[in-house]
Amino acid sequence: MTKSTLTFRRYLVLAAVTLTSSCGDTFLARGMKTLGPVSLHHPTELIHAIFSPWVAGGIVLLCGFFASYLTALSWADLTWVLPASSLGYVIMTLLARFWLHEQVSSLRWLGVLFITAGVGFVTRGPSYTDHGTGKPDLLEEPALEEALP
Amino acid sequence: MTPFQILATIAMIASVVITATAGDILTASAMRQIGDLDAIRARRGLLGTVAVVLTNGRFGVGVICLALSFFSLLFALSHRELSLIGPAATSLTFVTNALAAKIFLKENVDRRRWTAALLVCAGVTLLAF
Repeated sequence: MTKSTLTFRRYLVLAAVTLTSSCGDTFLARGMKTLGPVSLHHPTELIHAIFSPWVAGGIVLLCGFFASYLTALSWADLTWVLPASSLGYVIMTLLARFWLHEQVSSLRWLGVLFITAGVGFVTRGPSYTDHGTGKPDLLEEPALEEALP
Repeated sequence: MTPFQILATIAMIASVVITATAGDILTASAMRQIGDLDAIRARRGLLGTVAVVLTNGRFGVGVICLALSFFSLLFALSHRELSLIGPAATSLTFVTNALAAKIFLKENVDRRRWTAALLVCAGVTLLAF
């Protein structure tokens, strides 16, 4: 049996999963572009890269991604969290196009459309399979439907 | 590409997908075992919550699998193009995760979730072009 246990706070956690993953990857890409290609003969350059502001910021954001991803998995199914958080690919494509000024082909825009449709599909359904354990407990805060006017 | 190179590519993609799926399933299973992190943090505080997660054996094995997946990906990328390995590994992992979650986590993977997984899988593949 599946059920929806989503509260406004939990939607914020999902937003954090999406934003931190896409921004983290984009920060890493921006940092590595600034530093230039790293030679396999000089692996110590990678350690130097960690201390550059963009790469360090990217690593902090990806740590935030893992923490929020684990939080989401503690109250929602893996088969719900993975598609729901894949909106990050869409944000990453938008950032690549409008911030990093990369070329985005029509097929990639079609891919963005498919992912958005997938996210729309899964988030309209229940988020958690109840195995009779009673978990996860709902927090003592109003559900999103109740929180919104 | 020779038949050997094709087999090697399939093996490299398979190793990334299998270790990533094992890691995702084990960490998801650990989080289900631990329970709602927001509720635990309300009772034990942030450090207490971190301790609960880090001392869970299943979580530890899951993280090791995710690390193995990361290194398998790096190995694959050193032999084949990112445009082949990246989308293939990511999109296949969506499908294998859905299958493994149904079998091992007993999640209710209904038609809606299968459709979402396949749409995202196709979308991620298209992002490579």
